[in-house]
Amino acid sequence: MTQAAPAAATREAYPYALIELVEQGVDVVAIDADLSVSTMGYQFGERYPDRWYTVGVAEQNMVGIAAGLAACGKTAFIASFAVFLPGRCYDQLRTSVAQPRGGLNVKCVASHGGITVGEDGMSAQAIEDLALATSLIPFDVVVPADFEAAKQAIVAVGKTTRPAYVRTGRPKVPGIYGSDYRFELGRATKLRDGSDVTLIACGVLVGIALEAANLLANEGVSARVLDMATIKPIDREAVLAAARETGAIVTAEEHQTTGGLGTAVARVLAETVPVPMAFVGVDRYGTSGKWDELLTYFDLTPARVAAAAREAISRKR
Amino acid sequence: MPTRLAPVSIDELKAIAKRIRAHIVQMVYEAQSGHPGGSLSAVELGVALYWNHLRCDPANPEDPNRDRFILSKGHATPFYYAVLAERGFFSTELLSGFRKLGSPLQGHPSMKALPGIEMSGGSLGQGLSFAIGHALAGRMEGREFRCWVMLGDGELNEGQVWEAAMAVPHFGLGDRIIAVVDRNGIQNDGFADRIMRTNPPAMFAGFGWKVIECDGHDMAAVDAALSEAEQPDERPRVVVAHTVKGKGVSFMENNPGFHGKAPTREQLEQALAQIAEGLA
Repeated sequence: MTQAAPAAATREAYPYALIELVEQGVDVVAIDADLSVSTMGYQFGERYPDRWYTVGVAEQNMVGIAAGLAACGKTAFIASFAVFLPGRCYDQLRTSVAQPRGGLNVKCVASHGGITVGEDGMSAQAIEDLALATSLIPFDVVVPADFEAAKQAIVAVGKTTRPAYVRTGRPKVPGIYGSDYRFELGRATKLRDGSDVTLIACGVLVGIALEAANLLANEGVSARVLDMATIKPIDREAVLAAARETGAIVTAEEHQTTGGLGTAVARVLAETVPVPMAFVGVDRYGTSGKWDELLTYFDLTPARVAAAAREAISRKR
Repeated sequence: MPTRLAPVSIDELKAIAKRIRAHIVQMVYEAQSGHPGGSLSAVELGVALYWNHLRCDPANPEDPNRDRFILSKGHATPFYYAVLAERGFFSTELLSGFRKLGSPLQGHPSMKALPGIEMSGGSLGQGLSFAIGHALAGRMEGREFRCWVMLGDGELNEGQVWEAAMAVPHFGLGDRIIAVVDRNGIQNDGFADRIMRTNPPAMFAGFGWKVIECDGHDMAAVDAALSEAEQPDERPRVVVAHTVKGKGVSFMENNPGFHGKAPTREQLEQALAQIAEGLA
Protein backbone atom coordinates (compact mmCIF):
# COMPACT_ATOMS: atom_id res chain seq x y z
CA MET A 1 0.00 0.00 0.00
CA THR A 2 1.28 3.46 -0.86
CA GLN A 3 1.69 6.00 1.86
CA ALA A 4 -1.59 7.21 3.32
CA ALA A 5 -2.72 10.75 2.60
CA PRO A 6 -2.30 13.50 5.22
CA ALA A 7 -5.09 14.24 7.67
CA ALA A 8 -8.32 15.46 6.10
CA ALA A 9 -11.99 15.41 7.01
CA THR A 10 -14.16 12.87 5.25
CA ARG A 11 -16.70 15.62 4.54
CA GLU A 12 -14.10 17.40 2.42
CA ALA A 13 -14.33 14.56 -0.10
CA TYR A 14 -17.95 15.36 -1.05
CA PRO A 15 -17.41 18.02 -3.74
CA TYR A 16 -14.46 16.14 -5.25
CA ALA A 17 -16.61 13.04 -5.59
CA LEU A 18 -19.51 14.96 -7.17
CA ILE A 19 -17.20 16.65 -9.67
CA GLU A 20 -15.70 13.27 -10.55
CA LEU A 21 -19.18 11.83 -11.11
CA VAL A 22 -20.16 14.69 -13.44
CA GLU A 23 -16.89 14.29 -15.33
CA GLN A 24 -17.74 10.61 -15.76
CA GLY A 25 -21.10 11.51 -17.27
CA VAL A 26 -23.42 11.00 -14.31
CA ASP A 27 -26.34 13.47 -14.41
CA VAL A 28 -25.81 14.81 -10.88
CA VAL A 29 -27.95 17.47 -9.23
CA ALA A 30 -26.96 18.40 -5.67
CA ILE A 31 -28.97 20.25 -3.04
CA ASP A 32 -27.94 21.81 0.26
CA ALA A 33 -30.05 23.19 3.12
CA ASP A 34 -28.10 26.22 4.35
CA LEU A 35 -25.17 24.18 5.61
CA SER A 36 -23.20 24.01 2.39
CA VAL A 37 -20.12 25.71 3.83
CA SER A 38 -19.99 22.82 6.30
CA THR A 39 -21.02 19.94 4.03
CA MET A 40 -18.68 21.42 1.40
CA GLY A 41 -21.50 21.26 -1.13
CA TYR A 42 -20.83 24.88 -2.03
CA GLN A 43 -17.56 23.85 -3.67
CA PHE A 44 -19.53 21.71 -6.11
CA GLY A 45 -21.90 24.64 -6.63
CA GLU A 46 -18.99 26.90 -7.55
CA ARG A 47 -17.86 24.40 -10.15
CA TYR A 48 -21.27 23.45 -11.53
CA PRO A 49 -23.73 26.24 -10.59
CA ASP A 50 -26.39 24.82 -12.91
CA ARG A 51 -26.33 21.53 -11.02
CA TRP A 52 -26.57 22.85 -7.48
CA TYR A 53 -29.43 24.30 -5.46
CA THR A 54 -29.79 25.50 -1.92
CA VAL A 55 -33.25 25.43 -0.37
CA GLY A 56 -32.67 27.28 2.87
CA VAL A 57 -33.20 25.64 6.24
CA ALA A 58 -35.76 23.15 4.94
CA GLU A 59 -34.59 19.55 4.97
CA GLN A 60 -38.04 18.07 4.33
CA ASN A 61 -38.49 20.17 1.21
CA MET A 62 -34.98 19.19 0.13
CA VAL A 63 -35.85 15.50 0.23
CA GLY A 64 -39.05 16.01 -1.74
CA ILE A 65 -37.27 18.05 -4.40
CA ALA A 66 -34.58 15.39 -4.68
CA ALA A 67 -37.24 12.70 -5.10
CA GLY A 68 -38.85 14.70 -7.90
CA LEU A 69 -35.51 15.20 -9.62
CA ALA A 70 -34.79 11.48 -9.31
CA ALA A 71 -38.22 10.65 -10.75
CA CYS A 72 -37.14 12.65 -13.82
CA GLY A 73 -33.93 10.63 -14.20
CA LYS A 74 -31.45 12.76 -12.29
CA THR A 75 -28.96 11.41 -9.77
CA ALA A 76 -29.98 13.60 -6.84
CA PHE A 77 -27.54 14.25 -3.99
CA ILE A 78 -28.65 15.96 -0.80
CA ALA A 79 -26.40 17.09 2.02
CA SER A 80 -26.89 18.23 5.58
CA PHE A 81 -25.74 17.30 9.06
CA ALA A 82 -26.37 13.71 10.12
CA VAL A 83 -28.69 14.87 12.92
CA PHE A 84 -31.02 16.53 10.39
CA LEU A 85 -30.58 14.09 7.51
CA PRO A 86 -32.21 11.62 8.25
CA GLY A 87 -33.47 12.93 11.62
CA ARG A 88 -35.49 15.91 10.41
CA CYS A 89 -36.81 14.27 7.26
CA TYR A 90 -37.10 10.55 7.97
CA ASP A 91 -40.75 10.42 6.89
CA GLN A 92 -39.94 12.12 3.59
CA LEU A 93 -37.07 9.69 2.96
CA ARG A 94 -39.41 6.80 3.71
CA THR A 95 -42.49 7.84 1.75
CA SER A 96 -41.06 9.82 -1.15
CA VAL A 97 -37.71 8.03 -1.68
CA ALA A 98 -37.69 4.52 -0.20
CA GLN A 99 -41.22 3.28 -0.90
CA PRO A 100 -41.49 3.78 -4.67
CA ARG A 101 -40.56 0.31 -5.89
CA GLY A 102 -36.79 -0.19 -5.65
CA GLY A 103 -36.34 3.29 -4.22
CA LEU A 104 -35.67 6.52 -6.07
CA ASN A 105 -32.16 7.58 -7.04
CA VAL A 106 -31.50 9.91 -4.11
CA LYS A 107 -28.15 9.94 -2.29
CA CYS A 108 -27.86 11.41 1.17
CA VAL A 109 -24.40 12.57 2.16
CA ALA A 110 -24.68 13.50 5.82
CA SER A 111 -21.71 15.25 7.35
CA HIS A 112 -20.87 15.89 11.00
CA GLY A 113 -21.78 12.32 11.93
CA GLY A 114 -21.21 10.92 15.40
CA ILE A 115 -19.88 12.64 18.49
CA THR A 116 -16.74 14.02 16.82
CA VAL A 117 -18.79 16.96 15.58
CA GLY A 118 -17.46 18.34 18.86
CA GLU A 119 -18.26 21.65 20.48
CA ASP A 120 -21.86 21.97 19.22
CA GLY A 121 -22.70 19.35 21.79
CA MET A 122 -25.52 16.93 22.38
CA SER A 123 -28.09 18.18 19.87
CA ALA A 124 -25.57 18.13 17.02
CA GLN A 125 -24.11 14.70 17.80
CA ALA A 126 -25.75 12.10 15.57
CA ILE A 127 -25.75 8.69 17.24
CA GLU A 128 -29.03 7.49 15.72
CA ASP A 129 -28.59 8.19 12.00
CA LEU A 130 -27.33 4.75 11.02
CA ALA A 131 -30.25 3.07 12.77
CA LEU A 132 -32.67 5.28 10.84
CA ALA A 133 -30.87 4.96 7.50
CA THR A 134 -30.45 1.19 7.67
CA SER A 135 -34.18 0.87 8.38
CA LEU A 136 -35.01 2.34 4.97
CA ILE A 137 -35.26 -0.86 2.95
CA PRO A 138 -33.66 -0.05 -0.43
CA PHE A 139 -30.91 2.18 1.01
CA ASP A 140 -27.21 1.35 0.94
CA VAL A 141 -25.46 2.74 4.03
CA VAL A 142 -21.77 3.62 4.11
CA VAL A 143 -19.46 5.10 6.76
CA PRO A 144 -16.04 5.77 5.23
CA ALA A 145 -12.95 5.97 7.42
CA ASP A 146 -10.87 8.60 5.66
CA PHE A 147 -10.86 11.14 2.85
CA GLU A 148 -9.87 8.70 0.12
CA ALA A 149 -12.47 6.14 1.19
CA ALA A 150 -15.14 8.83 1.42
CA LYS A 151 -14.40 10.12 -2.06
CA GLN A 152 -14.52 6.66 -3.58
CA ALA A 153 -17.61 5.66 -1.59
CA ILE A 154 -19.58 8.71 -2.76
CA VAL A 155 -18.54 8.02 -6.35
CA ALA A 156 -19.56 4.37 -5.94
CA VAL A 157 -23.05 5.11 -4.62
CA GLY A 158 -23.40 7.79 -7.31
CA LYS A 159 -23.06 5.14 -9.98
CA THR A 160 -25.92 2.97 -8.70
CA THR A 161 -29.59 3.79 -9.19
CA ARG A 162 -30.46 2.92 -5.58
CA PRO A 163 -30.93 5.37 -2.74
CA ALA A 164 -27.97 5.59 -0.38
CA TYR A 165 -26.82 7.16 2.86
CA VAL A 166 -23.16 8.10 3.31
CA ARG A 167 -22.04 9.47 6.65
CA THR A 168 -19.01 11.74 6.77
CA GLY A 169 -17.31 13.50 9.66
CA ARG A 170 -16.31 16.98 10.66
CA PRO A 171 -12.75 16.67 12.05
CA LYS A 172 -9.57 16.16 10.10
CA VAL A 173 -8.60 12.54 10.69
CA PRO A 174 -5.38 10.74 9.72
CA GLY A 175 -5.41 9.09 6.32
CA ILE A 176 -5.59 5.30 6.32
CA TYR A 177 -5.58 4.57 2.63
CA GLY A 178 -3.27 5.45 -0.21
CA SER A 179 -4.11 6.14 -3.81
CA ASP A 180 -4.00 2.40 -4.62
CA TYR A 181 -7.06 1.79 -2.40
CA ARG A 182 -10.18 0.65 -4.22
CA PHE A 183 -13.46 1.03 -2.37
CA GLU A 184 -16.03 -1.60 -3.23
CA LEU A 185 -19.64 -1.19 -2.10
CA GLY A 186 -20.58 -4.05 0.22
CA ARG A 187 -16.99 -5.28 0.76
CA ALA A 188 -14.98 -5.00 3.95
CA THR A 189 -11.29 -4.14 3.82
CA LYS A 190 -8.96 -6.32 5.88
CA LEU A 191 -6.41 -3.89 7.26
CA ARG A 192 -4.60 -6.37 9.48
CA ASP A 193 -4.83 -10.12 9.80
CA GLY A 194 -5.09 -11.93 13.09
CA SER A 195 -6.27 -15.19 14.61
CA ASP A 196 -7.54 -14.55 18.16
CA VAL A 197 -10.21 -11.90 17.63
CA THR A 198 -11.56 -9.61 14.91
CA LEU A 199 -12.10 -5.89 15.43
CA ILE A 200 -14.79 -4.68 13.00
CA ALA A 201 -15.02 -0.89 12.80
CA CYS A 202 -16.30 1.92 10.62
CA GLY A 203 -15.52 5.60 10.28
CA VAL A 204 -13.22 7.22 12.80
CA LEU A 205 -13.15 4.01 14.85
CA VAL A 206 -11.14 2.23 12.17
CA GLY A 207 -7.96 4.06 13.14
CA ILE A 208 -8.72 3.46 16.82
CA ALA A 209 -9.22 -0.26 16.14
CA LEU A 210 -5.83 -0.41 14.43
CA GLU A 211 -4.25 1.15 17.52
CA ALA A 212 -6.11 -1.34 19.70
CA ALA A 213 -4.68 -4.18 17.60
CA ASN A 214 -1.20 -2.84 18.37
CA LEU A 215 -1.96 -2.82 22.10
CA LEU A 216 -3.23 -6.38 21.89
CA ALA A 217 -0.20 -7.51 19.89
CA ASN A 218 2.01 -6.26 22.73
CA GLU A 219 0.18 -8.77 24.97
CA GLY A 220 0.52 -11.58 22.46
CA VAL A 221 -3.07 -11.33 21.25
CA SER A 222 -3.44 -11.52 17.48
CA ALA A 223 -6.28 -9.22 16.30
CA ARG A 224 -7.70 -9.00 12.81
CA VAL A 225 -9.01 -5.54 11.82
CA LEU A 226 -11.78 -5.08 9.28
CA ASP A 227 -12.91 -1.71 7.96
CA MET A 228 -16.63 -2.38 7.49
CA ALA A 229 -17.34 0.84 5.62
CA THR A 230 -20.53 -0.56 4.10
CA ILE A 231 -22.96 -1.29 6.89
CA LYS A 232 -25.72 -2.21 4.47
CA PRO A 233 -25.51 -4.47 2.59
CA ILE A 234 -23.01 -5.88 5.05
CA ASP A 235 -20.17 -8.10 3.85
CA ARG A 236 -21.49 -11.40 5.21
CA GLU A 237 -18.53 -13.39 3.90
CA ALA A 238 -16.02 -11.22 5.75
CA VAL A 239 -18.02 -11.45 8.99
CA LEU A 240 -18.41 -15.22 8.60
CA ALA A 241 -14.72 -15.72 7.89
CA ALA A 242 -13.85 -13.61 10.92
CA ALA A 243 -16.13 -15.70 13.12
CA ARG A 244 -14.80 -19.01 11.83
CA GLU A 245 -11.13 -18.04 11.78
CA THR A 246 -10.83 -15.90 14.93
CA GLY A 247 -13.76 -17.04 17.09
CA ALA A 248 -14.52 -13.68 18.73
CA ILE A 249 -15.67 -10.32 17.39
CA VAL A 250 -15.69 -6.71 18.61
CA THR A 251 -17.58 -4.00 16.75
CA ALA A 252 -16.66 -0.35 17.22
CA GLU A 253 -18.60 2.64 15.97
CA GLU A 254 -19.34 6.27 16.70
CA HIS A 255 -23.06 5.45 17.09
CA GLN A 256 -25.40 3.71 19.49
CA THR A 257 -24.78 0.00 19.80
CA THR A 258 -28.40 -0.50 18.73
CA GLY A 259 -29.22 -0.21 15.06
CA GLY A 260 -25.76 0.41 13.61
CA LEU A 261 -22.71 -1.63 12.70
CA GLY A 262 -22.82 -3.83 15.80
CA THR A 263 -26.42 -4.82 15.21
CA ALA A 264 -25.74 -5.63 11.56
CA VAL A 265 -22.76 -7.84 12.44
CA ALA A 266 -24.64 -9.54 15.29
CA ARG A 267 -27.45 -10.48 12.97
CA VAL A 268 -25.08 -12.22 10.56
CA LEU A 269 -23.52 -14.11 13.45
CA ALA A 270 -26.85 -15.08 14.95
CA GLU A 271 -27.95 -16.57 11.64
CA THR A 272 -24.69 -18.38 10.90
CA VAL A 273 -21.78 -18.87 13.29
CA PRO A 274 -22.55 -17.41 16.73
CA VAL A 275 -19.32 -16.46 18.50
CA PRO A 276 -18.66 -14.25 21.52
CA MET A 277 -19.13 -10.63 20.60
CA ALA A 278 -18.64 -7.25 22.28
CA PHE A 279 -20.03 -3.87 21.24
CA VAL A 280 -18.20 -0.56 21.50
CA GLY A 281 -20.34 2.52 20.86
CA VAL A 282 -22.09 5.53 22.36
CA ASP A 283 -25.18 4.78 24.41
CA ARG A 284 -25.80 8.14 26.04
CA TYR A 285 -26.33 11.72 24.93
CA GLY A 286 -23.28 13.89 24.78
CA THR A 287 -21.72 17.14 25.77
CA SER A 288 -19.62 19.89 24.24
CA GLY A 289 -15.89 19.49 23.85
CA LYS A 290 -13.13 19.11 21.32
CA TRP A 291 -13.59 16.10 19.09
CA ASP A 292 -10.56 14.23 20.37
CA GLU A 293 -11.46 15.03 23.99
CA LEU A 294 -14.93 13.63 23.29
CA LEU A 295 -13.50 10.37 22.00
CA THR A 296 -11.90 9.99 25.43
CA TYR A 297 -15.03 11.23 27.24
CA PHE A 298 -17.13 8.58 25.50
CA ASP A 299 -14.36 6.02 25.92
CA LEU A 300 -14.02 5.43 22.21
CA THR A 301 -10.36 4.63 22.76
CA PRO A 302 -7.85 1.94 21.77
CA ALA A 303 -7.77 0.84 25.41
CA ARG A 304 -11.52 0.26 25.52
CA VAL A 305 -11.55 -1.62 22.21
CA ALA A 306 -8.67 -3.76 23.46
CA ALA A 307 -10.49 -4.41 26.73
CA ALA A 308 -13.62 -5.40 24.83
CA ALA A 309 -11.51 -7.79 22.77
CA ARG A 310 -10.04 -9.44 25.87
CA GLU A 311 -13.52 -9.75 27.34
CA ALA A 312 -14.94 -11.35 24.18
CA ILE A 313 -11.99 -13.73 23.95
CA SER A 314 -12.59 -14.78 27.57
CA ARG A 315 -16.05 -16.01 26.59
CA LYS A 316 -14.75 -18.36 23.90
CA ARG A 317 -15.56 -21.99 24.63
CA MET B 1 -45.47 16.30 -27.16
CA PRO B 2 -48.55 15.08 -25.29
CA THR B 3 -51.53 17.27 -26.01
CA ARG B 4 -54.83 18.09 -24.41
CA LEU B 5 -58.07 16.53 -25.49
CA ALA B 6 -60.19 18.64 -27.79
CA PRO B 7 -62.11 20.99 -25.50
CA VAL B 8 -64.81 19.11 -23.66
CA SER B 9 -68.09 20.90 -22.99
CA ILE B 10 -69.19 21.73 -19.49
CA ASP B 11 -72.16 19.36 -19.86
CA GLU B 12 -69.86 16.53 -20.88
CA LEU B 13 -67.58 17.28 -17.93
CA LYS B 14 -70.58 17.11 -15.63
CA ALA B 15 -71.53 13.72 -17.04
CA ILE B 16 -68.01 12.45 -16.43
CA ALA B 17 -68.11 13.83 -12.89
CA LYS B 18 -71.24 11.77 -12.20
CA ARG B 19 -69.45 8.61 -13.30
CA ILE B 20 -66.46 9.46 -11.12
CA ARG B 21 -68.70 10.00 -8.10
CA ALA B 22 -70.43 6.68 -8.66
CA HIS B 23 -67.05 4.93 -8.88
CA ILE B 24 -65.93 6.58 -5.64
CA VAL B 25 -68.82 5.41 -3.50
CA GLN B 26 -68.84 1.97 -5.14
CA MET B 27 -65.08 1.49 -4.54
CA VAL B 28 -65.24 2.55 -0.92
CA TYR B 29 -68.31 0.39 -0.37
CA GLU B 30 -66.67 -2.71 -1.90
CA ALA B 31 -63.47 -2.17 0.06
CA GLN B 32 -65.45 -1.24 3.19
CA SER B 33 -62.55 1.13 3.67
CA GLY B 34 -61.24 4.37 2.20
CA HIS B 35 -61.86 8.11 2.12
CA PRO B 36 -65.08 9.11 0.34
CA GLY B 37 -65.47 12.65 1.74
CA GLY B 38 -62.30 14.24 0.39
CA SER B 39 -62.66 12.27 -2.83
CA LEU B 40 -66.14 13.58 -3.60
CA SER B 41 -65.06 17.16 -2.88
CA ALA B 42 -62.28 16.98 -5.48
CA VAL B 43 -64.28 15.61 -8.41
CA GLU B 44 -64.95 18.79 -10.43
CA LEU B 45 -61.35 19.91 -9.98
CA GLY B 46 -60.01 16.59 -11.19
CA VAL B 47 -62.38 16.23 -14.11
CA ALA B 48 -61.87 19.76 -15.43
CA LEU B 49 -58.12 19.34 -15.03
CA TYR B 50 -57.72 15.90 -16.63
CA TRP B 51 -60.15 16.48 -19.52
CA ASN B 52 -59.54 20.14 -20.36
CA HIS B 53 -56.12 21.19 -19.08
CA LEU B 54 -53.60 18.43 -18.43
CA ARG B 55 -51.36 17.59 -21.40
CA CYS B 56 -50.99 13.85 -21.10
CA ASP B 57 -51.26 10.70 -23.16
CA PRO B 58 -52.69 7.67 -21.33
CA ALA B 59 -51.07 5.43 -23.96
CA ASN B 60 -47.65 6.88 -23.12
CA PRO B 61 -47.80 7.71 -19.41
CA GLU B 62 -44.02 8.02 -19.04
CA ASP B 63 -43.58 10.62 -21.77
CA PRO B 64 -40.95 12.99 -20.30
CA ASN B 65 -42.85 15.97 -21.72
CA ARG B 66 -46.17 15.14 -20.07
CA ASP B 67 -47.79 17.50 -17.62
CA ARG B 68 -47.69 16.02 -14.13
CA PHE B 69 -50.64 15.73 -11.77
CA ILE B 70 -49.38 15.19 -8.25
CA LEU B 71 -51.93 14.17 -5.64
CA SER B 72 -50.46 15.49 -2.42
CA LYS B 73 -53.60 14.67 -0.40
CA GLY B 74 -52.83 11.03 -1.00
CA HIS B 75 -55.82 9.59 0.84
CA ALA B 76 -58.11 10.73 -2.00
CA THR B 77 -57.27 7.60 -3.98
CA PRO B 78 -60.90 6.70 -4.83
CA PHE B 79 -61.12 9.99 -6.71
CA TYR B 80 -57.65 9.61 -8.24
CA TYR B 81 -58.04 6.02 -9.46
CA ALA B 82 -61.52 6.69 -10.84
CA VAL B 83 -60.27 9.73 -12.78
CA LEU B 84 -57.24 7.85 -14.15
CA ALA B 85 -59.38 4.89 -15.19
CA GLU B 86 -62.07 7.03 -16.87
CA ARG B 87 -59.34 9.02 -18.63
CA GLY B 88 -57.93 5.77 -20.01
CA PHE B 89 -54.75 5.12 -18.02
CA PHE B 90 -56.03 1.69 -17.00
CA SER B 91 -59.24 -0.32 -17.11
CA THR B 92 -62.19 0.67 -14.93
CA GLU B 93 -62.43 -3.06 -14.14
CA LEU B 94 -59.42 -2.61 -11.85
CA LEU B 95 -61.38 -0.24 -9.62
CA SER B 96 -63.13 -3.11 -7.85
CA GLY B 97 -59.76 -4.21 -6.45
CA PHE B 98 -59.33 -0.97 -4.51
CA ARG B 99 -57.61 -1.59 -1.16
CA LYS B 100 -57.70 -5.35 -1.64
CA LEU B 101 -54.81 -7.75 -1.22
CA GLY B 102 -52.69 -8.00 -4.36
CA SER B 103 -54.35 -5.09 -6.18
CA PRO B 104 -52.19 -2.27 -7.56
CA LEU B 105 -54.89 0.11 -6.29
CA GLN B 106 -53.26 0.60 -2.92
CA GLY B 107 -54.93 2.53 -0.13
CA HIS B 108 -52.58 5.38 -0.85
CA PRO B 109 -50.92 5.99 -4.23
CA SER B 110 -47.85 3.90 -5.09
CA MET B 111 -46.04 5.56 -7.98
CA LYS B 112 -44.69 2.50 -9.73
CA ALA B 113 -47.74 0.30 -9.23
CA LEU B 114 -50.02 1.87 -11.84
CA PRO B 115 -49.61 4.01 -14.97
CA GLY B 116 -50.32 7.67 -14.36
CA ILE B 117 -49.37 7.73 -10.67
CA GLU B 118 -46.63 10.34 -10.35
CA MET B 119 -45.78 10.09 -6.67
CA SER B 120 -46.16 7.76 -3.72
CA GLY B 121 -48.34 9.32 -1.07
CA GLY B 122 -50.00 8.70 2.21
CA SER B 123 -47.93 11.08 4.29
CA LEU B 124 -49.24 14.60 3.83
CA GLY B 125 -47.39 17.72 2.81
CA GLN B 126 -44.91 16.29 0.34
CA GLY B 127 -46.42 16.90 -3.09
CA LEU B 128 -45.40 20.48 -3.69
CA SER B 129 -41.75 19.63 -2.93
CA PHE B 130 -41.89 16.68 -5.30
CA ALA B 131 -43.27 18.97 -8.01
CA ILE B 132 -40.37 21.38 -7.51
CA GLY B 133 -37.96 18.53 -8.28
CA HIS B 134 -39.86 17.71 -11.48
CA ALA B 135 -40.01 21.37 -12.48
CA LEU B 136 -36.29 21.96 -11.89
CA ALA B 137 -35.44 18.87 -13.91
CA GLY B 138 -37.79 20.05 -16.66
CA ARG B 139 -36.16 23.46 -16.79
CA MET B 140 -32.66 21.93 -16.82
CA GLU B 141 -33.65 19.79 -19.79
CA GLY B 142 -35.53 22.50 -21.66
CA ARG B 143 -38.90 20.78 -21.39
CA GLU B 144 -42.13 22.74 -21.25
CA PHE B 145 -44.28 20.56 -19.02
CA ARG B 146 -46.23 21.85 -16.05
CA CYS B 147 -46.90 20.27 -12.64
CA TRP B 148 -50.37 20.49 -11.11
CA VAL B 149 -50.37 19.74 -7.40
CA MET B 150 -53.59 19.02 -5.51
CA LEU B 151 -53.50 19.74 -1.79
CA GLY B 152 -56.11 19.35 0.89
CA ASP B 153 -56.83 22.21 3.26
CA GLY B 154 -56.15 20.06 6.33
CA GLU B 155 -52.83 19.21 4.70
CA LEU B 156 -51.89 22.88 4.84
CA ASN B 157 -51.16 22.30 8.55
CA GLU B 158 -47.96 20.53 7.49
CA GLY B 159 -44.91 22.79 7.67
CA GLN B 160 -43.31 21.24 4.60
CA VAL B 161 -46.05 22.75 2.44
CA TRP B 162 -44.77 26.19 3.37
CA GLU B 163 -41.12 25.25 2.90
CA ALA B 164 -42.14 24.41 -0.65
CA ALA B 165 -44.48 27.37 -1.05
CA MET B 166 -41.59 29.76 -0.40
CA ALA B 167 -39.29 27.82 -2.73
CA VAL B 168 -41.55 27.91 -5.81
CA PRO B 169 -41.30 31.68 -6.33
CA HIS B 170 -37.68 31.70 -5.14
CA PHE B 171 -36.73 29.29 -7.91
CA GLY B 172 -38.90 31.12 -10.45
CA LEU B 173 -41.09 28.11 -11.12
CA GLY B 174 -44.43 29.92 -11.24
CA ASP B 175 -45.09 29.00 -14.84
CA ARG B 176 -44.21 25.36 -14.21
CA ILE B 177 -46.14 24.62 -11.01
CA ILE B 178 -49.80 25.31 -10.29
CA ALA B 179 -51.25 24.42 -6.89
CA VAL B 180 -54.89 23.49 -6.41
CA VAL B 181 -56.35 23.48 -2.90
CA ASP B 182 -59.48 21.43 -2.23
CA ARG B 183 -60.86 23.71 0.48
CA ASN B 184 -63.57 21.45 1.91
CA GLY B 185 -63.17 22.71 5.46
CA ILE B 186 -63.03 19.32 7.16
CA GLN B 187 -60.03 17.31 8.23
CA ASN B 188 -59.63 13.94 9.90
CA ASP B 189 -60.70 14.96 13.38
CA GLY B 190 -63.44 17.38 12.44
CA PHE B 191 -64.11 20.86 11.11
CA ALA B 192 -60.87 22.56 10.12
CA ASP B 193 -61.76 25.81 11.84
CA ARG B 194 -61.77 23.94 15.15
CA ILE B 195 -58.85 21.56 14.57
CA MET B 196 -56.43 24.13 13.13
CA ARG B 197 -57.73 27.27 11.56
CA THR B 198 -56.06 28.27 8.30
CA ASN B 199 -56.65 30.97 5.73
CA PRO B 200 -55.32 29.45 2.52
CA PRO B 201 -55.77 32.52 0.28
CA ALA B 202 -54.01 34.85 2.72
CA MET B 203 -51.30 32.32 3.49
CA PHE B 204 -50.43 31.67 -0.15
CA ALA B 205 -50.64 35.37 -0.94
CA GLY B 206 -48.21 36.00 1.90
CA PHE B 207 -45.76 33.63 0.28
CA GLY B 208 -45.98 35.58 -2.98
CA TRP B 209 -48.54 33.55 -4.89
CA LYS B 210 -51.43 34.82 -6.99
CA VAL B 211 -54.62 33.35 -5.50
CA ILE B 212 -57.58 32.42 -7.71
CA GLU B 213 -60.70 31.41 -5.81
CA CYS B 214 -63.68 29.57 -7.23
CA ASP B 215 -66.72 27.48 -6.34
CA GLY B 216 -65.18 24.03 -6.58
CA HIS B 217 -68.42 22.38 -7.66
CA ASP B 218 -69.41 24.83 -10.41
CA MET B 219 -67.78 23.07 -13.34
CA ALA B 220 -67.69 26.18 -15.53
CA ALA B 221 -66.16 28.20 -12.70
CA VAL B 222 -63.56 25.51 -12.02
CA ASP B 223 -62.68 25.28 -15.71
CA ALA B 224 -62.31 29.06 -15.88
CA ALA B 225 -60.18 29.18 -12.73
CA LEU B 226 -57.81 26.55 -14.10
CA SER B 227 -57.57 28.53 -17.35
CA GLU B 228 -56.78 31.70 -15.42
CA ALA B 229 -54.10 29.82 -13.48
CA GLU B 230 -52.45 28.88 -16.76
CA GLN B 231 -52.00 32.51 -17.76
CA PRO B 232 -48.40 33.71 -17.33
CA ASP B 233 -47.81 35.91 -14.30
CA GLU B 234 -44.75 36.90 -12.37
CA ARG B 235 -46.23 35.04 -9.40
CA PRO B 236 -46.97 31.33 -9.08
CA ARG B 237 -50.70 30.56 -9.06
CA VAL B 238 -52.85 28.67 -6.62
CA VAL B 239 -56.49 27.83 -7.21
CA VAL B 240 -58.33 27.72 -3.91
CA ALA B 241 -61.52 25.84 -4.69
CA HIS B 242 -64.27 26.15 -2.10
CA THR B 243 -65.78 22.71 -1.91
CA VAL B 244 -68.08 20.57 0.18
CA LYS B 245 -66.73 17.40 1.72
CA GLY B 246 -68.79 14.45 0.53
CA LYS B 247 -70.38 16.52 -2.27
CA GLY B 248 -73.20 14.82 -4.11
CA VAL B 249 -74.31 12.41 -1.38
CA SER B 250 -76.65 14.05 1.12
CA PHE B 251 -75.60 12.16 4.22
CA MET B 252 -71.90 12.55 3.44
CA GLU B 253 -72.02 16.26 2.67
CA ASN B 254 -70.23 18.36 5.23
CA ASN B 255 -70.12 15.34 7.52
CA PRO B 256 -66.75 14.77 9.21
CA GLY B 257 -67.87 11.19 9.91
CA PHE B 258 -67.33 10.32 6.25
CA HIS B 259 -63.72 11.48 6.03
CA GLY B 260 -62.57 7.90 6.16
CA LYS B 261 -65.62 5.68 6.49
CA ALA B 262 -67.42 3.32 4.10
CA PRO B 263 -71.16 3.35 3.43
CA THR B 264 -73.46 0.43 4.23
CA ARG B 265 -75.33 -1.39 1.43
CA GLU B 266 -78.40 0.79 1.96
CA GLN B 267 -76.31 3.93 2.06
CA LEU B 268 -74.56 2.90 -1.15
CA GLU B 269 -77.86 2.51 -2.99
CA GLN B 270 -79.06 5.84 -1.69
CA ALA B 271 -75.76 7.47 -2.70
CA LEU B 272 -75.81 6.02 -6.22
CA ALA B 273 -79.40 7.18 -6.70
CA GLN B 274 -78.56 10.69 -5.55
CA ILE B 275 -75.50 10.83 -7.79
CA ALA B 276 -77.57 9.66 -10.77
CA GLU B 277 -80.14 12.36 -10.05
CA GLY B 278 -77.34 14.85 -9.95
CA LEU B 279 -77.58 16.27 -6.48
CA ALA B 280 -74.16 17.76 -7.18
